[in-house]
Amino acid sequence: MGRWITLTVNGSKRRVEVKDNEILLDVLRDKLKVKSVKAACWRGECGLCSILLNGKLVKSCLVLAVEVDGSEILTVEGLARDGELAPIQRSFIEHGALQCGFCTPAFVLASHKLLEENPSASEDEIKESLSGIVCRCGTYYEIIEAIKDASKHYQVRKKV
Amino acid sequence: MSFKYVGKPIPPQDGFLKVTGTATYTFDLELPGMLYAKLVTSTVPHARIKKIDVSRALGVPGVVRVVTGKEYPYRVGMYAGDRDLLAIDKVNWVGHPVAAVIAETLEAAEKAIDLVDVEYEELPAIFDPLEALKPDALLIHEKMEEYRHSPAFKPIPGTNIANKFTLVRGDVEKGFRESDVVLEEEFHISHVSHCYMEVQNVIAHYHLDGTVEIWTSWQNVAPVRQIMALSLGIPHNKIIVRIPYVGGGFGGKAGLGWEALVAILSKAAGHRPVKLVLSRKEQFSTAAVREGFHAFAKAGFKKDGTFNAYSVRFILDAGAYADYTVNVGRAVGYSADGCYEIPNINVESLTVYTNKIPTTALRGFGYPESHWVLEQIIDRAAKKLGIDPSEIRRKNLVKPGHSHTCTGERLREDAGDPQKVLKTLVDEIGWGKPSENPPEPWKVRAKGLSLFVKGPAQPPNAAASAILKFNEDASIDLLIATGNFGQGTVTALMQIVAEEFGLPLEKVRVDYVRDTHKSAYTWQTVGSRGLFTDGIAILKAIEDAKNQIFTVASEVLRCPKDQLELVDGEVRVKGKPWEKIPLQDIVMGYTYPNGNSIGGPVIGRGVFMSTHTTYLDPDTGQGNPTIFHTFGGTAVELELDLLTGEINILKAVEVLDLGKVINPLLVKQQTHGGLIMGTSISLYEEIKFDERGWVVNPNFTSYYLVRIKDLPREVVARYIETPQLDGPYGARGIGELTMIGVAPAIANAIYNSIGVKLDRLPMNPEYVWRALREQRPDLVEEAWKRFSKYEKIVEVTI
Repeated sequence: MGRWITLTVNGSKRRVEVKDNEILLDVLRDKLKVKSVKAACWRGECGLCSILLNGKLVKSCLVLAVEVDGSEILTVEGLARDGELAPIQRSFIEHGALQCGFCTPAFVLASHKLLEENPSASEDEIKESLSGIVCRCGTYYEIIEAIKDASKHYQVRKKV
Repeated sequence: MSFKYVGKPIPPQDGFLKVTGTATYTFDLELPGMLYAKLVTSTVPHARIKKIDVSRALGVPGVVRVVTGKEYPYRVGMYAGDRDLLAIDKVNWVGHPVAAVIAETLEAAEKAIDLVDVEYEELPAIFDPLEALKPDALLIHEKMEEYRHSPAFKPIPGTNIANKFTLVRGDVEKGFRESDVVLEEEFHISHVSHCYMEVQNVIAHYHLDGTVEIWTSWQNVAPVRQIMALSLGIPHNKIIVRIPYVGGGFGGKAGLGWEALVAILSKAAGHRPVKLVLSRKEQFSTAAVREGFHAFAKAGFKKDGTFNAYSVRFILDAGAYADYTVNVGRAVGYSADGCYEIPNINVESLTVYTNKIPTTALRGFGYPESHWVLEQIIDRAAKKLGIDPSEIRRKNLVKPGHSHTCTGERLREDAGDPQKVLKTLVDEIGWGKPSENPPEPWKVRAKGLSLFVKGPAQPPNAAASAILKFNEDASIDLLIATGNFGQGTVTALMQIVAEEFGLPLEKVRVDYVRDTHKSAYTWQTVGSRGLFTDGIAILKAIEDAKNQIFTVASEVLRCPKDQLELVDGEVRVKGKPWEKIPLQDIVMGYTYPNGNSIGGPVIGRGVFMSTHTTYLDPDTGQGNPTIFHTFGGTAVELELDLLTGEINILKAVEVLDLGKVINPLLVKQQTHGGLIMGTSISLYEEIKFDERGWVVNPNFTSYYLVRIKDLPREVVARYIETPQLDGPYGARGIGELTMIGVAPAIANAIYNSIGVKLDRLPMNPEYVWRALREQRPDLVEEAWKRFSKYEKIVEVTI
């Protein structure tokens, strides 16, 4: 009934049977049990299901799974390396840039992606790039501080 | 006194799990053999159910059962007790659950709900609470007298009034006669949704032996169990409620939820676990939201600015069910006087049924509503009297130790320092200093103030408790039921424990799952009470544990108990720090070299019970409703576009007298969060209904929430620490407070600068644009002139 696709999720190769109308969000959460990918609107408005798909930040509720056969996916579970948190993750904790935590995986991932591309992002650039994700607890000021503080690590990395 | 943890900016204790995506929410949970439920909801606002035909739905492969309300005609609730599990014989709003489909897959359940055929006999619907109050209005609840309601409330059977709260103090008519200026004003607030990011979702497993296990995205375990026990008749210890991480609550996950329904569905589906997950659309049309609100106020002032008389009628549009809203109506009523001394005051607050979505509390529990009214009245009176808004506030502010609130409660000496709050607010916003001219001359800049005070809205006997048990290595498991849905409370409570025992913070653990079976009882974490009530219970548990530890140590060290102290994880003799025992040698009992042992595992217990709170008198509203008052204020400087009606906040200042800041990092985070949510609700948020009672904007495209690009440009948070002597380290609650002052401060800024009254929330561009054109067409015309000139200048520079 469905078709088999292959995805590399956080470095591990997974084969999964999907239906033609199945969204990537459901495949990740329900079939591959990648539970850091949250959802709050299922129509591209809240940004909580954001993932890195072949290095690009996308909302996985707006992607059909069959379209992305062979793709590489990074979620926040894949950010820490050898038990070491990525600098942006540490910075989120230190600055208290999370409250209920439900949007945190999306914000962490989007901030990581932003800093990798633009380690010296200005406040306006930070706001522009994160305005697709909703934090109802209103932790936005702390998120901005966390990103600014973590940026030095990404600047060093880019130089290297 | 210097502390190691208390007062320090400790990062949130659950940060690691949250940034790695490994914090578990009910949303993420699946149980073996789990089924999925979906709700069939009403498509008409008010009707008798003639027939429900489930045969087509049952034909969908994978569908296990379809349950209708008639099969399980329970009444559930916490305060009004008015709710059904599924509509029994009548639907009362568009979105009212009529039936539930249980299926092997979500897909099958979703398909089947469209195939349940419901035949309705429509009744006239009432959407306006003022219509619902008319003597000949159709009754939405025909059997109100049968509902089991809490003694704190006064429903009026034979009407649409779910609760009538009245408060009388002084002689308001005489007060008006003796006033020099009398104002009459109206205010309104639209329905808003909590919009917590994790939708309401529940797993229930009703076992064959009668035990019910619940996993739910809710704020507190105890009320879930209490409501289920009372309404379904299940003994308390056969109901186990577990709450893991919760993706936001804001009051919308307190009170009555879906647990009783899903438990029944599990039973109906052959005792298999069932999960119900609401969609975002259902959050806007089926789950409870904040009520619609109307206020009709009359206020009398003397020439010198003395607030002499206040008469106000609040009408809460509670929608079809008002289980928790009756308490909002009560709190709106008894908070009508805000932080001012008003000798003559009359309040009537009616919680009224209509054929709209049911309602509940939202961050502030009626206080944002009462302050939206009162704080604007103050500014309007000030203008009439020619007194500065800060001065009229200063003059009328309550005086702790002397003043009584409108419920007749004497404010404690240590209740806080409202004058200092006002002074700090005025200084930080630069009150009296005119704003800079905006770069675009068709805009105006303005400043506005608002003060507020709040205590938890709760029954008088709302208790809390804590259990603290030591492990072999002198680490501590703190067994508390404190709700953990994003606030900093649990981290702050852990700081207190580490501080008191002189242990590193890592030694203190609070499990992330709240569990009726394993956590100590706490009534609820709502109303900004968690740190205060649970903190007091924990301090008592600490005292209890210390006593056990010192009893053993006193024998071992041969030293009276009062000569012992706990420092850095050791019990030491005061003045002889070398005479000591490490805690881990005591907390499981002390063993002498020969094997003789004394003491035993240390388990501390403590409770909080408020002893001075009372029910309020049903006729006069007099009594002691709250356990503390937190005073605060919000000031804004904003820029208003006279041509578009857009409001842009340039600077927001929030000042709170918190008694003691336990964690400056997390207090600031709460303050910022409340300011942002307050901005969002003030400027954008509104659930819109069409003429048939349907919600027309049940999504985040047409119901706008503030995003990171919409923040006030600058925020300032300042805290005053006037300790409350019975609070934990002197602390008071904060969570909801941070939102209350935003809306009136914005409205006041605009009124003070250009005299335009904004009586409705939200103050979205369309509403403000209309208000500007109606009230100040001259200004709009002038702005147009400036705008067209400015364009020409731009053309020249290009």
